Formats: sequence, C-alpha cells, structure tokens
Amino acid sequence: MNTLTNTLGQTLGRAGGVNLLPLIVAAAAFGLIGAPSSWLTLTVAGLAMGMMLFLMASGLSLVFGLMDVLNFGHSAFVSFGAFISATVLAGLGGWLAADSWMLNALALAAAYLAAISFGLVAGWFFETVIIRPVYRDHLRQILITIGAMIVAEQTILAFWGGTPLSVARPQFLEGSWIIGDVSIEIYRAFAFALGAVVFVMLYFMLNRTRIGLLIRAGVENREMVESLGFRVDRLFIGVFMLGSALAALGGAMWAGYETLITPALGGELMIVVFIVVIIGGLGSIEGTLLGAILVGLMTNYIGFLAPKLALASNMILMVAILLWRPNGLRPAIK
Amino acid sequence: MQNTTRNAGAYTIKGIVLIIAALLLFAPFLFQDVRSLEVAARICIFIVLVASFDLLIGYTGIVSFAHTMFFGFGAYGAAILLKEMGPGWTPVILGGLAGVAVSMVFAVAIGLLSLRVKAIFFAMITLAAASVVLVLASQLSQITGGEDGITYRGPDLFKTATKLVTDEDGKVIRLWGVKLNGKLAAYYFVFITSLILFLAMLRFVGSPFGTVLKAIRENEARAEAIGYRVVAYRTAVFCLSAAVASLAGTVYAVWLKYTGPATTLSFAIMIDILLMVVIGGMGTMWGAVIGAVLMILAQYYLRDLMGVASEALAGVPVLPELLAPDRWLFWLGIIFILLVYFFPKGIAGTAMSGGAKQ
Repeated sequence: MNTLTNTLGQTLGRAGGVNLLPLIVAAAAFGLIGAPSSWLTLTVAGLAMGMMLFLMASGLSLVFGLMDVLNFGHSAFVSFGAFISATVLAGLGGWLAADSWMLNALALAAAYLAAISFGLVAGWFFETVIIRPVYRDHLRQILITIGAMIVAEQTILAFWGGTPLSVARPQFLEGSWIIGDVSIEIYRAFAFALGAVVFVMLYFMLNRTRIGLLIRAGVENREMVESLGFRVDRLFIGVFMLGSALAALGGAMWAGYETLITPALGGELMIVVFIVVIIGGLGSIEGTLLGAILVGLMTNYIGFLAPKLALASNMILMVAILLWRPNGLRPAIK
Repeated sequence: MQNTTRNAGAYTIKGIVLIIAALLLFAPFLFQDVRSLEVAARICIFIVLVASFDLLIGYTGIVSFAHTMFFGFGAYGAAILLKEMGPGWTPVILGGLAGVAVSMVFAVAIGLLSLRVKAIFFAMITLAAASVVLVLASQLSQITGGEDGITYRGPDLFKTATKLVTDEDGKVIRLWGVKLNGKLAAYYFVFITSLILFLAMLRFVGSPFGTVLKAIRENEARAEAIGYRVVAYRTAVFCLSAAVASLAGTVYAVWLKYTGPATTLSFAIMIDILLMVVIGGMGTMWGAVIGAVLMILAQYYLRDLMGVASEALAGVPVLPELLAPDRWLFWLGIIFILLVYFFPKGIAGTAMSGGAKQ
C-alpha cells in the first residue's frame, strides 16, 4: 500500500506535482458544471482574474522573501493604479471613442504607463520613508504599513471622492468573441495575455539575468549575499519599486475589468491577495502564479455553482492548503 | 534620579486613569445630555475592548485583525436572542455565553491553524477570517438582518420609562437634576461590567501567567528554552482576549439596542482599536484607557473642529478636502505613523518609562 502511494506520488511529481492543482480543480469543476460552454467561459474568467491577482501579489511575495518585510499597505498601490488609470482614460476619452484601434491602444498604454510610473515613484517613497526605519521589526512594520494604508485610502477619498467611478474601456476591447455557443469576453482574454507576458518577463528576469540571480540568492540567504559584497538593500529598493509598479498595473487592469471602482477596492482585493500569497508560498513568483490561478478559478467556479459560498471558498481553500502544506505550495524560503 | 522620573511618570499615568474612572463613574451627573452619555458608555466599552486587544499585541506581541469578529459574536449573540425571545435577562445571558462559546471555538481553530504556519501569517489569516465573517453577517440576512442589522428591546430595567426611585406621587426622583430612570441603570450596567472586566484583566497581567506572556514577547526562544510552552500560552491568551472582547460586544449590544455590521464587525472599528492601543501605549493596561478616551473624544468632537477649519480654508485647492470632517482618519493615520516611529510605546508607555530615548 505504502509503495503504491509512493509510486503514485513520484508519478505525480514527475508530471508537475502541485502545478497540476489548477488542472485538477478545472477538471472537477467540469464534472460539476456539466455544460462545457459555461465551463469554458468561467475558466477564461478565472484565468484572467488569476493573472490580475498575480500582478498584484507578486511584488508582495518577493518583498517578503527578500527583506522579510510584510507590507500591509500594498493595497494602496492597487487602488492608486486603478484610480490613476481611470482618470487618464477619462481624460483621453476622445481617443478611446475613436474608431481607430491605434488610438484606442495608445490611450490604454498611456493609462497603464501612468499607473506604472506612479507605482515606481510611490514604491520608492514608501520604501525609503515608511519601511526603511522599521526593518526587522514585524510588529512595527505591520502597524506602520497599516497607518500608511489608512492615509493612502483617505487621500484617494479626498481626491476622487467616495462615489463609484466608472472606467472607460477602449473600443477594441469591448464585446466578446463567440465561438460556437461559447462567448469569451475580449477584455478577459486581453487581461490574461498581458498577465502572461508580464509573468514570462519576470520569470526570465529572475532566472536568466544577473540581477535575477542576486534576487533569488537574496531570498534564499540574504546575509550570505551581503557578505559577498553585494548591496542587498539597494537591490531591495529596486524590487520594491517593481512590485509596487506591478501592483499598480494590476489595479489598472482590474479597474477596466470591473468598470466601476470605489476607494474600497484596494482593501477588498488585499484579502484575496494575502490568500494568494499564503497559498502560493512566500518568495517565489511561480508559487504566487499558482496561488493566483487557483484562487481565480475557485472564485469563478464556486460563484457559479454556489454563490452563497463564493466568499468563504477562498478562505476554505487557504485552510485546506495550509493544513496540507504549512509553508504554501511552492515556497522559496526554507 | 532615573528611578524617580519613572515613578513620577507611572504615578501621573495612574492618576490620570483614576481621574478618568471617576469622571466615568459620575458621567451621567456631570454631563447631562444624551450625546455625552453615549460618549461615556462608548468609552467604557472600548476601554475593555482595547485592553483585551492589548493582551494580544502588547503583552504577547501577536497582531490579530479578528478582534472585531469576537466583539461581533458577543453582540450578535445577545442581539439575535433578544430579538427572538423578546426583552429580558435570559436572552442577554444566554446570548453572551453563546457569543463567548463561538468566540472560543474560532479562537482555538485559528490558533491551532496558525501554529502550523509562520507567526507572521497570523495577521493575514485573522484578517481573512474576519473579512469572511463580516461578509457572512451581511449576507445571511434572515439571521443577522444583513447590512441593516437588528433592532430590539433590552431588558425592561433599562427602558427610559422605568422608574428606579419614585416619590409619593409616583414621579421619578431627581438626584442633582438627573432623573433616576432606566437609562441611568443601563449606563451603570455598562460601567460596572466594564470595570469588572478591566480589573480582571489587570489582575491577570499581574499574575504569573501574565509574566510568562511578557517573557514570550521579549524573547520567544528563551521562554521556550526555560520550559514554557509558547504555543500553548499564545493560544490561551488568544482565547482569553477573544472571550473578553465577546463579553464587551454583548454589553454594547444591550446598551445600543441595535447591532449591525457597522457598529461591531467593520474593519473601521478594527482600525480604531489598533489606533487606540498604539496611541495609548502597548503593553500597559493603562494605555488602553488613555488611548480609548482620546480617540473617542476625537471621533466625536475633533470632527466639529475640522469642519470649522475646512470652511475657513474654502478658497484653497485640496486643503479643504483634506480638512473635511470625514477626512479625520487621514490625520490620525499620519499621527499614528509618527507615533510608531518616534514613540512606539505610546503615551502611557513613554510617560511610564520616563522619556522615549530609554
């Protein structure tokens, strides 16, 4: 019996191990939902949501892995990204409504660039002013980043007010593709593709470049890298800025996905992002991607199968995974 | 010299707390309007709530975001039973006990789950759990009344129409101009239960158990090495603090005669509690008193002040927006960050140790 489970485990491990989980979830959902067309629509929605969650969560995960810093204010970048891109899109309304997809794409790119550049600057500011003085003190880190989150949320309220803001979508991303009896929203496919591109870029940066090597080494053992003469703290600023920029981009994409945003958006997403990071395991972007996809799929499937349970489903997923793997699915930290 | 300043600071803080207690004791006679009595009752309850949170964050170094969840269990326990069974003492007691029981179950479950993961995850897991409970409370509207919450009547003794002491004509006797009616009884119910809970916690942190908690906070590895089971102590104090928070919730539900997500479960209240603990001073029960009093007074009276300032600056861009009464959390957030930087011990802790530089 024992050898059987062992061989089974090895076969599964060769086939991808925990990476198979989203496939298993998708297959189980296929059986439960029955109708292939709704299943496909839900799967695409889940993958798109997962990719956006991945963008928001990856920075948090790397920052914790590299510097042992837990940033509860991370959601501020998401909210700011959403609101800034919405404002830029509203300002470029003429380009968005135009018939040429070039102008549409330009407006969208401008909005995303605005969000990303804000994320970079805000990340730098946040790291140097807010977090630097409280390195290696978890209690004060949590408190101070919570304080920063309150200030950020209130700033958004002061600038944009509390009423929901509607977000314009570029013309060429409106509507959906109809294949047979399956309809796929174009924006979802776009969000998935953009997320996948960012993931591949991140993956190559971390695994193929010298900087990436240093980051991974720093996550594994910071003291050792420092003693070899590398300035991990400078590297850390870079990672923090990158993480904030990705979160802002995620927020900007989320704004287009929801089309109606409120200042509470960051706080609501934060819970999900935390769950993603905990499930995936801190410090590795592969783990974060896995967690994000799992959460995205689960949210959509359960939302269809049992709407009442949808909100608790992520929590249950997290508990189940933590009972199985206390450090998350693919942690980088030993 | 060092020692005298320390003692002087400690005596000042304790003196201030005693004055606050005296003010609260005579609050109905000193401040004779409805709003002040509301403020006084809220202060009493939040002192207990914040002190019980301080057991976690200040004495053990655990950051939990699920404290409002336990507060809510207590409040909803009493509220649901008062609604179903009608006014009386039985539903209050049963509801309070049920709230404590549910809180204990959740506290043990979260505690045991978190044992398996890194301690730093605790904050995230409690945050997730609390948000799920908040959503459930607004979803399950048949039981909890959803977003609107539940309105009900408290025990008959606390009705404003109840006459505690009457003269020959059957009219309510006034003492120093205050009617001795049910409202007064309700306030003293809040005050006395809060006092008992607070004194119990004060006694608790002075006990050997409390000393072990401080040892864990200062140096977890050493406490474990001496032979204390850190994990067991942590779970125990988490349960205890959950139970106290739940009882505070029950008292609040009886006082308000209304329970809804906004008054008990919302994340805003969690932020308030956090601000109160840090402003007052973590790791001193006295700090909870000072923090709660300052924050609640600010909540009720600072907004009026900010409204005036905002109108005065009407011509300037953005500034009036930032000074608007609704933006008071913005300024509190900034004060909070500065406090965590420069005075991590808060008001009470700084005063009692005689300066921040120690």
